[in-house]
Amino acid sequence: MSDPAPFIRIEGVSKRFGHFEAVRDVNLTIGKGEIFALLGGSGCGKTTLLRMLAGFETPTSGRIYIDGQDMADTAPWDRPVHMMFQSYAIFPHMSVEKNIAYGLKHEKLTAAQRAARVGEMLALVQLTPFAKRKPHQISGGQRQRVALARALARQPKVLLLDEPLAALDKKLREHTQFELMSIQQRTGVTFVVVTHDQEEAMTLADRIAVMDKGEVKQVGPANEIYEYPNSRFVAGFIGAISTYPGRVIRLTGDIAEIDIPAMEGTFAARSLPGLTEGQQVTVALRPEKIAISKTCPDAVNVVEGQVKDLAYFGKDSLYRVTLPGGELISVHAVNARRASESGRPADWDDRVWLSFEPASAIILTD
Amino acid sequence: MTRRPVFLITVMCFGFAFFYIPILSMIVYSFNESRLATVWGGFSTKWYVSLFSNRQVGAALWLSLKIALVSASIATILGAMAGITLARFRKFRGRTLFSGMVTAPLIMPEVITGISLLIFFTLLANWIGWPGQRGFTTITLAHITFSMVFVTTVVHSRMTQMDRSIEEAAMDLGSRPWQVLRDVTLPVISPALLSGWLLAFTISLDDVVISSFVTGPGATTLPLLIWSKVKLGVTPDINALATLIVALVGICVILAGWLMSRAERRRLAEQRLAYRTNG
Amino acid sequence: MKALASWFHRRGWRELIIGIPYLWLTLFFLIPFLIVVAMSVATRTPTAPPFGYGGENPILNFEGYGRLFTETLYIRAFVTSLMNAAIATLFCLALGYPMALGLTRVSKSWRNILLMLVILPFWTSFLLRVYAWMGLMGRNSWFNSMLTDAWNFVVPQAYTLNSIPMMNTNFAVILVMVYTYLPFMILPLYANLERLDPVLDEAAMDLGSRPFQVFRDVTLPQSIPGIIAGGMLVFIPAAGELVIPSLVGNPSSPMIGRIISDEFAQVRDWPMASTVAVALLILMVGPTMLYARYQQKAESAGAEDKP
Repeated sequence: MSDPAPFIRIEGVSKRFGHFEAVRDVNLTIGKGEIFALLGGSGCGKTTLLRMLAGFETPTSGRIYIDGQDMADTAPWDRPVHMMFQSYAIFPHMSVEKNIAYGLKHEKLTAAQRAARVGEMLALVQLTPFAKRKPHQISGGQRQRVALARALARQPKVLLLDEPLAALDKKLREHTQFELMSIQQRTGVTFVVVTHDQEEAMTLADRIAVMDKGEVKQVGPANEIYEYPNSRFVAGFIGAISTYPGRVIRLTGDIAEIDIPAMEGTFAARSLPGLTEGQQVTVALRPEKIAISKTCPDAVNVVEGQVKDLAYFGKDSLYRVTLPGGELISVHAVNARRASESGRPADWDDRVWLSFEPASAIILTD
Repeated sequence: MTRRPVFLITVMCFGFAFFYIPILSMIVYSFNESRLATVWGGFSTKWYVSLFSNRQVGAALWLSLKIALVSASIATILGAMAGITLARFRKFRGRTLFSGMVTAPLIMPEVITGISLLIFFTLLANWIGWPGQRGFTTITLAHITFSMVFVTTVVHSRMTQMDRSIEEAAMDLGSRPWQVLRDVTLPVISPALLSGWLLAFTISLDDVVISSFVTGPGATTLPLLIWSKVKLGVTPDINALATLIVALVGICVILAGWLMSRAERRRLAEQRLAYRTNG
Repeated sequence: MKALASWFHRRGWRELIIGIPYLWLTLFFLIPFLIVVAMSVATRTPTAPPFGYGGENPILNFEGYGRLFTETLYIRAFVTSLMNAAIATLFCLALGYPMALGLTRVSKSWRNILLMLVILPFWTSFLLRVYAWMGLMGRNSWFNSMLTDAWNFVVPQAYTLNSIPMMNTNFAVILVMVYTYLPFMILPLYANLERLDPVLDEAAMDLGSRPFQVFRDVTLPQSIPGIIAGGMLVFIPAAGELVIPSLVGNPSSPMIGRIISDEFAQVRDWPMASTVAVALLILMVGPTMLYARYQQKAESAGAEDKP
């Protein structure tokens, strides 16, 4: 995946608060019109990075360029960047309309132009009937749309969204996700989203940067990060995964044979460049990439186990299977057929065989 | 982009200088040799000596302390009752009048409170022969009345902030409402009662205007004594008295602050320990 | 005895808790207050106590209220009181607002110390705080000499002074009022400002506002309840002030508090003293209602915005 034409360039940016290094040597480029997500747990530095883009924090070292301009000496109020705050930060003493119009005060517009822009924004977020309401008279979802309209009214080059969906309930969240994407497409503004929720990042963003302890661990499109994680942290952070230590026995072509003590056997996995025989590695398996059956299947990688626990969700089931070495593995199975009376292909304490493709096994070297 | 709010800091420096320069000046001049209180004539502690040998000051202080102790204690009991009433008893006959009566004295100009009580006491003495002479009793009654409403405010606000579910839990566990009040509510609001008492105590100790109306011959509280002396102009022994009061208050406040921060630190440490040991 | 206990357990405890403070306030607050109101329409007599109703005089005598509007003494007293109180309130606001705002901007440990320093003068004697300024403003004090020197340095020869006449002026009254009432302004304002969400400031900056514009558009409008609450907390007691004007004020232009006290003690005109008192109270009704309305708002500022 090649990066799109850089619009935001973050070069070697670090931020220290006293002895605490919140952001450490981050290098990123974000393309024009892209939805870019900064994903990580709390305290990973994603919010600090966002605040540096907005201008509320100054980098301790490194530079930030937006549309080719160095932002070092640009105050927050002069940046072509607007933010949708996590708490929405709606001015409680102004009506919906006044909130949206607030940023336009600083632009040379006639009253008519301003009213037109506000009307346009109200229509964009479908709040026209609520224009005169005060913030405490509208719902949480509506407030969020006010925050969005207010930030977009000044036609920023970049819109920063801090945990845009965190405060919404589950149903509204899905709806809003698609609405945000459609608004982004219509306006063409570059979105930078900060989130701790991997699903949110994966559905919203074109590309994701996974952050941990102030560092960017991996950058790429959602599928790349999910299917080809480059570290145990990224593999574990995005989606569910089971990991086992192993050792490379033999390399043949693009297949690596790996001895996995937890599975008491040798298994084939797609090799990585730079892998050497005898190297200690970690093998990671996603639950949905493992097949489960009560008879021994004809496959390259097969391991026998016993069902310890299972959760039945109707359309699918999650199994926890004890491996020969005593460790547990998670297996996700779609209940495609009415396999047995209980509706499950296997039951508690059943002996089962697990199998997976060599291409599905992820080798991690860190 | 955090910049130092230079303007605000400048005003704050000016403001705190404004607060404390007069007090510091008073302290310095309490050690003044000269009888002219505003002209420096060398260092001396003689005004402290003359203060301590002044019987009048001692008697006035003792009277003030007696009044403050009695009135603060009764005001705390009455104020707590009124605070509980406002916070917990939503419906009773005359609630509007009641809430009016606990707010009005807070903002009533002191002169008016003073003269209304004086007229009241005078008429009462005319009709029923009590209070025969104004003094300790009348001052104490007046102080209770206008300091209890401060206690009420403190208790009321504490009770509205308090988590009501603990009272409901007590009721759920079989306590009758008055037992809930005794076993749960009162212990929880006890810090508010203490600060209410302290407030009432200092208000009483500090009062000039109301005392000056309802006092009688021979009952001179410390503020009334200072008032009568200060009316005549600046005198060095009042500087000495002021210094002692400021020192006493300062020590008490610093001590209280230290004790409070120590208790807070200990509480935090215990909390941290509890989290660690419980996982 | 048993009946008493069962009464206590059923509803007696509740009736006692309501009843005792109710009775107390009725006796020592409401009745004295009503007596003053009644006294204001009585007629002054040379008897003891010096008032009466009826007889050769009208039963209800409103003459006193008429005098309020015709005699210069009262008109001047009211004007002086309200002016002094209003000017003192404005100065308290001008000094107190930046201080309260500054308190919200300093680090937490500093904030506690500085708040303590604001409250500390409260705990020392009010009378002594007034007295401290008497020492500073007096003719020969270092403070007065310093100001006099500065004055003489600036003005032409013809205007030089031996000392600046500060004592016994309205200026002195206002200065000392600002000094003693400033904490009443700072504390409610601080409570109000401290509750404002700093994210709103960032949002305004993000939308293109410079710091001053942020203050004007976001901070100031949200602190109006605090300004009003603090302002009334200064204005109301300042208007009825007795101690400060009697110690540092101009004796020839007394304030209302002084008039009430003099009418009562010196002139022994109880009805007129009561009339002036009632008039003062009526004037304070407006500010009091303003205060009551905004005090709640100031303490819960921004709360309505939180989900």
